[in-house]
Amino acid sequence: MRIGVVTFPGSLDDHSALRAIELAGGEPVSLFHGSTDLKEVQAVVLPGGFSYGDYLRCGAISRFSPIMESIIIAAEHGFPVLGICNGFQILCESHLLPGALTRNSDLHFICDDQKVAVENIKTPWTAGYTQGQEIVIPIKNGEGSFQCSDETLAELEAESRVVLRYVGKNPNGSRNSIAGISNKQGNVVGVMPHPEQAIEELTGPGDEGLIFFSSILKEMVGR
Amino acid sequence: MSLDTVAVATANPDALQPYEQLGLKADEYASIKQILGRRPTSSELAMYSVMWSEHCSYKSSKVHLKQFGEKAPHSDALLVGIGENAGVVDIGQGYAVTFKIESHNHPSFVEPYQGAATGVGGIVRDILTMGARPIAIMDPLRFGLADAKDTRRVLPGIVSGVGGYGNCLGVPNIGGEVVFDETYAGNPLVNALCVGVMRHEDIKLAKAHGTGNLVVLFGAKTGGDGIGGVSVLASETFNDAKPTKRPSVQVGDPFAEKVLIECCLEIFKADLVVGIQDLGGAGLSCATSELASAGSGGMEIQLEKVPLRDPSLSPEEILMSESQERMCAIVEPSNIKHFMAICKKWDVTATVIGEVTDGTNLHITFNGELIVDVPPRTVAHDGPIYNRPIEKPTYIAERQSAKINVPLPSSPAEIKAAVLTLVASPNIADKSWVTSQYDRYVQGNSVLSQPEDSGMVRIDAKTNLGVAISTDVNARWAYLDPYEGAKLALLESCRNIATTGAKPLAVTNCLNFGSPEDPGVMWQFAEAVRGLADICLEMGLPVTGGNVSFYNQTGSVAILPTPVIGVLGVIQDVRTRTKMGLAKSGLEIYLLGRADANLSGSEWAYLHNEIGNFAPKADVAMETRLVNLLLEGQPLFESAHDISNGGLAAALTEIVLKNKIGAEITIDDVGVALMSETPGQVLIAVDPKSSHELIALAETHKIECRKIGISGGDALTINGAAIPLAELSQAHTETFPKLFG
Repeated sequence: MRIGVVTFPGSLDDHSALRAIELAGGEPVSLFHGSTDLKEVQAVVLPGGFSYGDYLRCGAISRFSPIMESIIIAAEHGFPVLGICNGFQILCESHLLPGALTRNSDLHFICDDQKVAVENIKTPWTAGYTQGQEIVIPIKNGEGSFQCSDETLAELEAESRVVLRYVGKNPNGSRNSIAGISNKQGNVVGVMPHPEQAIEELTGPGDEGLIFFSSILKEMVGR
Repeated sequence: MSLDTVAVATANPDALQPYEQLGLKADEYASIKQILGRRPTSSELAMYSVMWSEHCSYKSSKVHLKQFGEKAPHSDALLVGIGENAGVVDIGQGYAVTFKIESHNHPSFVEPYQGAATGVGGIVRDILTMGARPIAIMDPLRFGLADAKDTRRVLPGIVSGVGGYGNCLGVPNIGGEVVFDETYAGNPLVNALCVGVMRHEDIKLAKAHGTGNLVVLFGAKTGGDGIGGVSVLASETFNDAKPTKRPSVQVGDPFAEKVLIECCLEIFKADLVVGIQDLGGAGLSCATSELASAGSGGMEIQLEKVPLRDPSLSPEEILMSESQERMCAIVEPSNIKHFMAICKKWDVTATVIGEVTDGTNLHITFNGELIVDVPPRTVAHDGPIYNRPIEKPTYIAERQSAKINVPLPSSPAEIKAAVLTLVASPNIADKSWVTSQYDRYVQGNSVLSQPEDSGMVRIDAKTNLGVAISTDVNARWAYLDPYEGAKLALLESCRNIATTGAKPLAVTNCLNFGSPEDPGVMWQFAEAVRGLADICLEMGLPVTGGNVSFYNQTGSVAILPTPVIGVLGVIQDVRTRTKMGLAKSGLEIYLLGRADANLSGSEWAYLHNEIGNFAPKADVAMETRLVNLLLEGQPLFESAHDISNGGLAAALTEIVLKNKIGAEITIDDVGVALMSETPGQVLIAVDPKSSHELIALAETHKIECRKIGISGGDALTINGAAIPLAELSQAHTETFPKLFG
């Protein structure tokens, strides 16, 4: 099962995402931003980091990478895409997901172990969780405050497209404590917290993030 | 606009030159003339002035630092020693680790964000230059009083600078220190440590060998930042039509550095460089002269080929610019195409600016005219050496005859009040306001990070080999006795490493002091270096490199002598590491070692405006036994925590708050036990059924070992004084948010 991870200039968590796919039992495939070739992967992860140094706006330049042309077209036809942190920002800039990520409400970069609830288990990336399951995975970002219009917010909630929601204190001022959302079809998911940094007890707050990666592998076998 | 060429300098031997404004003394200027047999050109003058500066030449410290070589213990682990960009040690399984601390103190006071950011950038490039992937950062920081107005300017700026740069590079920040003392007002200390890892065969050196090999400058374009004093040459040489005010603090671009890291690692993997040097302090002057000096000597550079951000830069300024994120590599002509292709892949600008020659001199031309013709060794290595006057300062005798009078708690009410006061004080308070602004998770190998005793990263995910790092110093002990203070700093670092389960292997240091022109400061420095060299020999640990920062003083007030010591340790299986927090209820808590009544240099004394009289004496034999006990006993330990700043009171607070599991403690001589910071004490928690093994082990190693309590409950109770964890936590954690928002 080939799952791709895109390396943009300034991607940081690409190696961790590759490792997460490997630990989950998949075949990780490294993709480079400068090519349109998806190398026959069956799903793709846009990893965390500071692609293009977050210049202009987070994700605003990466969105125009050659690889994104291929990903945008594929995603519109149901190809599973997971954007983590900077990847989420790129998905918003690409209009594959609604809304935008803005500066955290306290204006600081925040690195913390964060409790979140999995509120939508119908996506291929979260199918392995139980509805409402609370998990602890790291957040680490400066611009993680999810903002959108009232209409979009109502739509996201009505269509149960909130994938992850912060539990307890809202760390960054996100609307409705939203930590992750999906598109209408559910194949494109963006999350601010980092499941790929919670794949083993030794180096993360736990291993509950690994289910994102085992979920997609199981879903793809089913197809 | 006239160019001061070698021909011009020869023709006009008596032209006045602004050597004093560039920081050169008259005799230093005279010796440059003697070396060259003529007056230097303005470009040469610029190069000598910056390379012979204290920062680059170590002219005041060299005579003392040579002890690190003379007293060096034999070590099989040392692969590359002092003198290269960073030392390299063998950690087994074919892996080599390089690590180093540097200071970026003065720029961080002027411009906190950029000063701190480029401090991180600089040390990361030093590590990268050795051929290594940077895998961890630590940053020991020191500030003036926490509630001082300027600290509120400096601290948030420095913290976000360290974070802003390090987070964007993708190197986890796994520890450091935050310490406040009034002497650091106006002289904040920003020390940055970086660790890198590589395979043995990938070690790179800063050497320019092989006639005809190409000199390639790659990375960011050169701009006018960080030029500092050299601007006086520009204003002498040029008319007013150009930008005059240039920032003397460099401006960092972490994205450029991140791309440069990936580009370099790919170049290293393809084995395309003969030698490599990063451009830090003194920019191209430093890189070219050091590369040439360490190689065969001859090099020709065509300066007009250097890609510029600001086309109005003069040749002197191009040579001096400290623009960040640049590297200089020596590449065989047959590899240049491949080299350039990798740079192109990463969108890194790369330009051939010259080549290695079979001559003895470094020649730099500008549009065909010779502006530098120097033996590179005279610039890079044969700078002046000063044996500065040394005199024991009078405060030492004054302190030694001082009586100190610090009230100690004894009743339950006093104990509770004292613990809550201590743990809320800025030096002891929880530092997550700082550390939560740093990414500790990136790269996915961080096994331990702040506030654990040491930071630990996994090197190999298959074998679980890892390294641990700790940086330490109690500068108040170094003030009372710099010799013992330096020794104690190293011993504390070793203890921290061993507490987490790693074996100490090698040492780096960052020696922050006041003005070397003050004989008292020079005495502090000489004593600290002597202490550090002695202790390294006694512990059998090699010094792999370090950094000296002088002139950390405002007027006649110098900072506390602050020799920050970093120790690197190795752990064969990171899964066996010991954490500090009490893991569950029902564990027996033991105290190794014993506090004595000397409160000198302790936080509790400091809170009562006392610094004390005598620093503790470093007990190397005992500390060695303790480290051995910690390493041998590791399988028994459920948790372990070193006792240092804030004594047992702070250590207990930290172990109960980590996992919110309380403890009931009973201890005799409670005031001294809680507040004294006597070195050589460690808290251990074990399962009751392992307690006899621990006691036996302590007996074997002749370390005092007492059971002082048991874990459990929702309070820290000390001799009947119950402090609810919620109250303790509030006191410990609210200080920083209150001070800094």
